[in-house]
Amino acid sequence: MTVGLVIVSHSAKIAEGVVELAGQMADGVTIVAAGGTDEGGIGTSFDKVGAAIEAAESGDGVVVLCDLGSAILTTETALDFLDDSARAGVEIADAPIVEGAVAAAVAARTGGDRAAVISAAASANGATADVSDAVSAAGAVASSDPDAGSDATSSDVHIRRVTLVNGSGLHARPAAEFVKAASAFEAVITVDGVDATSLLRIMALGRGKGSELELTAEGRDADAALDALVALVESGFGED
Amino acid sequence: MALGREFVADWIARSAQAISEHRSELITLDREIGDGDHGENMDRGFTAVAVKSGDLPADATPGDVLKVVATTLISTVGGASGPLYGTAFLKGSQAVADQSELDGAALVAFLTAARDGIVLRGKAEVGDKTMIDAWTPAVDAAAAAQAEGRSEAEILAAAADAAQTGAESTDPLVARKGRASYLGERAIGHRDPGSVSTTLILRAAADAAAAA
Repeated sequence: MTVGLVIVSHSAKIAEGVVELAGQMADGVTIVAAGGTDEGGIGTSFDKVGAAIEAAESGDGVVVLCDLGSAILTTETALDFLDDSARAGVEIADAPIVEGAVAAAVAARTGGDRAAVISAAASANGATADVSDAVSAAGAVASSDPDAGSDATSSDVHIRRVTLVNGSGLHARPAAEFVKAASAFEAVITVDGVDATSLLRIMALGRGKGSELELTAEGRDADAALDALVALVESGFGED
Repeated sequence: MALGREFVADWIARSAQAISEHRSELITLDREIGDGDHGENMDRGFTAVAVKSGDLPADATPGDVLKVVATTLISTVGGASGPLYGTAFLKGSQAVADQSELDGAALVAFLTAARDGIVLRGKAEVGDKTMIDAWTPAVDAAAAAQAEGRSEAEILAAAADAAQTGAESTDPLVARKGRASYLGERAIGHRDPGSVSTTLILRAAADAAAAA
């Protein structure tokens, strides 16, 4: 199954550019651009949005990403004109259009259902800020008393280290598989200090082949989660 | 005297003319606190509406004409006003769908449903510096005039007057919805373009009713 994506922007160039960018990471996912007015100007077109939603629907649902206000208004209006069964398959993501589309496309590529794609897109909200927060927090720990650092690590937090062996490291597809695996557990899991269920935050770490990852897990199934994730990383995500 | 399909046709023609005449003013207002496309978008939309509504069969009801206005605005305006005015006319047309003529109660029902449609779509409230600042006082004034037993033309004149006052009330506001909300206090001192186009459309309705 593959969820289709629609990119609604005021600008035809932005919509096409986002389709190009997201498509590069999501071979086989239908991503349709609906940018600009019918005349090719700046604005949004009800007819283009409606046609794009139809083109993106292959039976597994459609997720729409929008830029500024009227793109959302036009999309919501287009949804109102769909019949109930078609309407039920379409959802608008609350996410920034570029980062959200990339995350959504990768989630769709790895077989995520509509809810998973929506959630991947939403993980792009504030992703950049969280990464810089994590980096500065890590810096603060490193510069403080080492004893204080070890005190901060509660005995309930399980920690494991594993080295990336695959060629592309935690790039889009491996990162998506990692997130999918991490999401299956109750435990709160981090990888190098960032939320292991956030695709964009993991991709933003930029970890390549040979990097050592620090995985932490806290919760009832923490050990099982770490076993599974270490095994996944050591397997090379099916890459060479 | 209840208003028939000819009234709606005249209203649309007068709206198209008023928006065309005020195109530059709407563009200027929108350039100050928005993206500058409101005049052009509305002119394109209402020009298309005037053409499309002329193609309707002779037995079309006011509701049929208003529905064509809605779908044409939605598909031709190209900015936020397309879905907003389109939803307004769509919900309004549904409120009067089964009526061959519009009496005072039907006009109030139309205006109320239209305003509710805009709120549903745009989530704006009075005071957000949007077209709702014109629509809500207009609906209230129309309902009050209808309750006093005024004529259809008087009801619509009351709505247009209240919309005008409502539009003027947006001058000192900071916008909380739409593109102008990005400007913060810089929006103060500028009138919301959507509230101005709302006033033009309601004034056209009042003039068409007075001429009917």
